[in-house]
Amino acid sequence: TAGFDARFPNQNQTKNCWQNYVDYFKCVANKGEDYAPCNQFKQVYKSLCPIKWVETWDEQRDNGSFPAMYE
Amino acid sequence: MSRIFCDYPLNYSLGFQDPASNWMYAIVDLHDRIIFFLLILLVLVSWFLVSSLTNKDHLTYLAHGNVIELVWTITPAGILWAIGLPSLNLLYLMDTFILEVLDAEITVKAIGSQWYWSYEYTDYVESNGSTIAFDSFMIDEASLEMGDQRQLTVDNALVLPVNTSIRILVSSNDVIHSFAIPSLALKADCLPGRLNSLGLIINRPGVFYGQCSELCGANHGFMPISLKAVTIPSYINFLEATAEAL
Repeated sequence: TAGFDARFPNQNQTKNCWQNYVDYFKCVANKGEDYAPCNQFKQVYKSLCPIKWVETWDEQRDNGSFPAMYE
Repeated sequence: MSRIFCDYPLNYSLGFQDPASNWMYAIVDLHDRIIFFLLILLVLVSWFLVSSLTNKDHLTYLAHGNVIELVWTITPAGILWAIGLPSLNLLYLMDTFILEVLDAEITVKAIGSQWYWSYEYTDYVESNGSTIAFDSFMIDEASLEMGDQRQLTVDNALVLPVNTSIRILVSSNDVIHSFAIPSLALKADCLPGRLNSLGLIINRPGVFYGQCSELCGANHGFMPISLKAVTIPSYINFLEATAEAL
């Protein structure tokens, strides 16, 4: 599961989930799908992010409306 | 000698529900300490009040007195220290200990919707991408079985292991709800678009109930939370069985 992240020490973990999701796709875009350390971000966002949020963001990435630079 | 705990709310109960986590024990302890001072003060103040109302000569010996004025200034300050210090201690301990010292071993999400809860165990994702997630509806009165709690029993309870550090992340799909389980000292609002985290370690197996604690529409009173704490082997069985079934 996701360990303690000192960047997000308080009760509001929204940014924690968001940041790991963005960082995973940034990592994959820069290092390729097979770069194993990228999976660290993937594990964290899978643990933290509600399934609905991930689905919405995946759709947004597919149709180009994802609100962050990840490539 | 074994103890039996009462894990459901009683009619007209005066005290807290039986604690099931160390934080809850600490809160009950703090509460008892505060009530101790409160009762002493209550008796003292009522005594003087009644005495002044019933004695005709209560004004006769009123005069200034430096010593007593010193005493009744310092004593309340002392009482407030005695109440405030353990209170702040517990407050900060709860915040920092669970979040920083005891890293969570499992993460579960509770997402509130109108008018049911969805639990997601996405620590466990199969290779084909499927994970463990299910909805939890209240069982309506007509379908209750013998021994079920009215307005508290659900079809799929949230199952968690005892003696493990658990992070519960709560959010909402629509309006504001609130995830609360009194016997575990848990309560956090579930806001749409926000993820609030709660730390938890359950001391003993059992079923613990809570109810949605933020008005969320017509069936706000009918979306209870049922947390079933089981031994770790049982938890692993539950995970396997649920993963297969879903």
